[in-house]
Amino acid sequence: MKLLTCPVNGTRPLSEFVFGGEYRVAPPADCTDAEWAAYVHNRSGAPGIKNEWWYHAPSGTWFIAERNTLTDKVMRTYLKGQEGSK
Amino acid sequence: MPLRLLKYALSKDYPGTRFFKAHETPKKSYDVVIIGGGGHGLAAAYYLAKEHGITNVAVLEKGYIGGGNTGRNTTIVRSNYLTPEGVKFYDASVKIYEGLSEELDLNLFYSTRGHFTLAHTESAMRTMRWRAEVNKHVGVESYVVGPDEISKACPQLDMSCSGQAPILGALYHAPGSVARHDGVAWGYARGADQLGVEIFQNTEVLGIDVKAGKVVGVNTNKGYIATSKVLSAVAGFTPRICEMVDLDTPIVIHPLQACVTEPMKPWLDTILVSGSLHVYVSQSSRGELVMGSSLDPYEVHSTRSTLDFVEGLTSHMLDMFPFLSNIKVVRQWAGMADMTPDFAPIMGKTPIEGFYLDAGWGTWGFKATPISGKTMAETIARDHAPDLIHSFRLSRFEDYELTGEKGAASVGH
Ligand SMILES: Cc1cc2nc3c(=O)[nH]c(=O)nc-3n(C[C@H](O)[C@H](O)[C@H](O)COP(=O)(O)OP(=O)(O)OC[C@H]3O[C@@H](n4cnc5c(N)ncnc54)[C@H](O)[C@@H]3O)c2cc1C
Repeated sequence: MKLLTCPVNGTRPLSEFVFGGEYRVAPPADCTDAEWAAYVHNRSGAPGIKNEWWYHAPSGTWFIAERNTLTDKVMRTYLKGQEGSK
Repeated sequence: MPLRLLKYALSKDYPGTRFFKAHETPKKSYDVVIIGGGGHGLAAAYYLAKEHGITNVAVLEKGYIGGGNTGRNTTIVRSNYLTPEGVKFYDASVKIYEGLSEELDLNLFYSTRGHFTLAHTESAMRTMRWRAEVNKHVGVESYVVGPDEISKACPQLDMSCSGQAPILGALYHAPGSVARHDGVAWGYARGADQLGVEIFQNTEVLGIDVKAGKVVGVNTNKGYIATSKVLSAVAGFTPRICEMVDLDTPIVIHPLQACVTEPMKPWLDTILVSGSLHVYVSQSSRGELVMGSSLDPYEVHSTRSTLDFVEGLTSHMLDMFPFLSNIKVVRQWAGMADMTPDFAPIMGKTPIEGFYLDAGWGTWGFKATPISGKTMAETIARDHAPDLIHSFRLSRFEDYELTGEKGAASVGH
């Protein structure tokens, strides 16, 4: 991956982007302390296809990329809430 | 020596003894199975046999020994960390390293150079003073020095860094050293082998058999092996092994890259690190400059290298040493760093009985090879982790008792 497609600005060099970590859903507010600690610290570290936050710095756009962390191939990128498009 | 060489040359078959026996087929069971034939796994095997009399041990390595991060690192050994727990731990490792060539009867080219962590900003100076005080408190030789002392130790250094980032001072750490990384793996392998440990190369663990919360065996490409104790010492592969036993950890994998120049006459005696310029450099005994930078910015499970890395690194090297502009980079490579959120390792017992973890070595684990081997061997033999590694336990995250080492580990490995 040397280029990444911003859903708003199109395909741009990777150097314009910042990695924001895996997209994760917080547990409900009434979860146990152990569940919360696991959410805060643990990550799904094994390789695979993951949804990740990426940031296009020049335009200030946060979006989600579906990427294979083993091969570094990006399947698709989309704005949060617009998974259905494309 | 020349006579021995001559004997080699004239002999039809290879007269030398192998470093360790080439075992092919594992036995049906072992007291301890160690996954990963890097420095850490081999050191743990050595100390299990040497200090605890546990010799019915198999080390399973999917490739060749030392082929992981052990053979890819830039070999900096130091103990000038930020937390007292870290400083004590790494200091214990430095002390073992200093006598390790003798102990393993192998020249590890352990070379004490002195280590400067350069500060280009007031805030960096503050961290250096902090580290110096923590180090002194624990009895480790580190102190803050000014530009004159740095210039004296390394007259080739452009103290203004091409006017970009003038050097205000540095943390000087006298015991800072470099060593021959594969020598460490091979030395421990031979030592363990001589004590009865069996080392299997090309042997991959494919699954771990857990029954009622206890380890009972491992599946490998060479069949099933029964055992009640498994040590995972696989660095960049840790999340894959942990997935086999359904254990969640904070570890994520980012590549870390390095490169070397063509050999030059010796001119750089010390080890230099600049956090602001993302550079660290030393000169190897072969004369090459060994250089590295900070971690790749996003997760990838691969040892690919990039042009961005060499471009960025060499431009900063030229800020520090403009006279190197005609020197060529001849090799670059990458390893997979198993990163933790607090830049401290994860060592010791886990919620699965008989599954021990030696991981989270990120960009800093080569220097810890001896002490991690020793403390993990003790943990396995007694089923109890020694105090020295208490702050590195996996459960620290659940307890919110992190061991924050970022200020001492993020660029200078
Ligand atoms: C570029 C770079 C520079 C670095 N610089 C420094 C430095 O200057 N100073 C420092 O202290 N540290 C440094 N480090 C970190 C250091 O290299 C590592 O933390 C350390 O070598 C880890 O050793 P290990 O034995 O735990 O892992 P490794 O040497 O990676 O060994 C793990 C082994 O496990 C094997 N394995 C994996 N999965 C399986 C399986 N399923 N079955 C069987 N075998 C398996 C692998 O093949 C591998 O050989 C650097 C790292 C890199 C990448």
